[in-house]
Amino acid sequence: MFESLSDRLGSVFDRLTKQGALSEADVIAALREVRVALLEADVSLPVARDFIKRVQDKATGAAVTKSITPGQMVVKIVHDELIRVLEGDGPADALKIDNPPAAILMVGLQGSGKTTTTAKLAKRLKDRNNKRVLLASLDTNRPAAMEQLAILAGQIGVDSLPIVKGESAVQIARRAKTQAAMGGYDVLFLDTAGRLHIDEVLMDEVQAVRDIAQPRETLLVVDGLTGQDAVNVAAEFDGKVGISGVVLTRMDGDGRGGAALSMRAVTGKPIRFVGLGEKMDALETFEAGRVAGRILGM
Amino acid sequence: APRREMDDAMLESLEDVLIQADMGVDTALRVSANIAEGRFGKKISAPELRRALAGEVTRIMTPVARPLPLYPSKPQVVLVVGVNGSGKTTTIGKLASQFKAAGKSVVIAAGDTFRAAAVEQLQVWGSRAGVPVLTAPEGSDPASLAFDAFTRARAEGADLLMIDTAGRLQNRADLMEELAKIVRTLRKIDPTAPHNTLLVLDATTGQNAVAQVEIFRKIADVSGLVMTKLDGTAKGGVLVSLADKFGLPIHAIGVGEQIDDLAPFDPEDFARALVGLDA
Ligand SMILES: Nc1nc2c(ncn2[C@@H]2O[C@H](COP(=O)(O)OP(=O)(O)OP(=O)(O)O)[C@@H](O)[C@H]2O)c(=O)[nH]1
Ligand SMILES: Nc1nc2c(ncn2[C@@H]2O[C@H](COP(=O)(O)OP(=O)(O)OP(=O)(O)O)[C@@H](O)[C@H]2O)c(=O)[nH]1
Ligand SMILES: [K+]
Ligand SMILES: [Mg+2]
Ligand SMILES: [Mg+2]
Repeated sequence: MFESLSDRLGSVFDRLTKQGALSEADVIAALREVRVALLEADVSLPVARDFIKRVQDKATGAAVTKSITPGQMVVKIVHDELIRVLEGDGPADALKIDNPPAAILMVGLQGSGKTTTTAKLAKRLKDRNNKRVLLASLDTNRPAAMEQLAILAGQIGVDSLPIVKGESAVQIARRAKTQAAMGGYDVLFLDTAGRLHIDEVLMDEVQAVRDIAQPRETLLVVDGLTGQDAVNVAAEFDGKVGISGVVLTRMDGDGRGGAALSMRAVTGKPIRFVGLGEKMDALETFEAGRVAGRILGM
Repeated sequence: APRREMDDAMLESLEDVLIQADMGVDTALRVSANIAEGRFGKKISAPELRRALAGEVTRIMTPVARPLPLYPSKPQVVLVVGVNGSGKTTTIGKLASQFKAAGKSVVIAAGDTFRAAAVEQLQVWGSRAGVPVLTAPEGSDPASLAFDAFTRARAEGADLLMIDTAGRLQNRADLMEELAKIVRTLRKIDPTAPHNTLLVLDATTGQNAVAQVEIFRKIADVSGLVMTKLDGTAKGGVLVSLADKFGLPIHAIGVGEQIDDLAPFDPEDFARALVGLDA
């Protein structure tokens, strides 16, 4: 794919044999190809559009030297800018887990990977940071969701809040908070039910949970295979719940991961981790360079 | 609404609508070019244009809108496959309930022996639908569970056997081989089984859905599609490219998490939602 972007750009510039600076017309022609590449990688259209506009300003007038072709020049400018946008400030895995017990609220659409990611993160904090972790499922909706989290907690050797049937998400959040404080836990993970960003009842519920839990981090868990809807999901969850970061799952797939750019551009919040499989250790910190290459098909 | 001459800018705004519905660039360009043909330079209003677009999408989708076919085989084996979290287990619960209501005897096999609480989840769906769920211990071989379930459903004279499978990404060769083995095993009992292989797609998925269909079809002989989560803001436009490329029937759509939230695929409703016309 990267080849094909380079090739495409090569042919755009075939007629441009002269060296010197990229003219505006050259850049516009090249960026049309880049736009297609971004859209094919599932970058949301408004995000792709803004991105292209910024790159256009940077690329116009850029000097093309003997050592580099105009096509390569544009690819480099696009690639560098992509990394710049994808990169947050500071280390991605620096979760705020001081002031124990620090609550971490996990939110997102149905099936995005919240429960699995909750357990993966808990394992990471336990193994690497020696933290005492408590997991609580607030999912009163999906069949056996609480059992799923409890089983995973058992597998990774951390505690989970005892399941009490019939409690609301808000009640569970209260109980979890008390339990975390009394039990001397460092970190409390609150795994929530999947919800649509347009579901007012469930978005209200998660706001109520947030107000009780006062999370230090609210992580939006997003399927890395997400398409154009990424902008809606990002804007609504960030607007209504207020997120502190993003986790992209299923990056072990062969999707191009354009949702990463959409998430970052819409929320301005860092992408913290990527999920790379179903196993409990299949979680890595987000690396902008890798994802940039992937979006461009390198 | 005011009418104005159809020009490049208008054509481009059409393309944008389709791209934002996840149709993919190529298909979006092709579909909007079809609309432009014969209309370019002529006066048209924005609602007229949207209606024309909806009409074109309806035309493409009508041939693939087909309910799940029923066969006289006893049992008819329905294998349900797809990537992680797409909605396979939930869709099985919904389908089982519909078939049960239609007077069929249904058995479900909990073929996801991998994911934590996958069996418990399916058992809840089974009891909601009033249908027995056959299970095997976590970590056991899904192909042998499929074999046992098929044997039992046959002995009991069930009308339908629905087999759930673990979510798997199509680029995982090992997991795709596990799926191929399930199919081979079922065929040992009845070479015409599975009679339906449903690929469950999540509407929020972008262009990767094309690769999903391509590979699941190759490995597991997919016979039809279900698209879930169309109750959100994702439009599922990739179905248009899929109809074009593969022509696989679309049997149903998921429109919520409750047992009745499964609807037939209606090309016109789909097309109107896709282009942003009210239903
Ligand atoms: N391949 C792959 N699968 C993943 C990853 N993360 C989660 N999954 C799988 O995705 C599916 C859904 O994951 P869950 O953790 O149950 O998702 P969820 O967001 O909690 O789902 P709901 O609670 O129903 O909204 C499961 O099959 C997980 O094993 C990942 O990074 N890669
Ligand atoms: N809004 C909405 N949610 C759905 C729909 N279908 C399924 N879900 C939800 O999506 C999540 C995942 O559904 P599952 O049925 O567990 O998906 P799966 O494909 O079996 O997942 P794995 O077995 O982990 O691969 C659950 O929270 C379901 O309630 C739908 O049509 N609309
Ligand atoms: K998903
Ligand atoms: Mg969950
Ligand atoms: Mg399942």
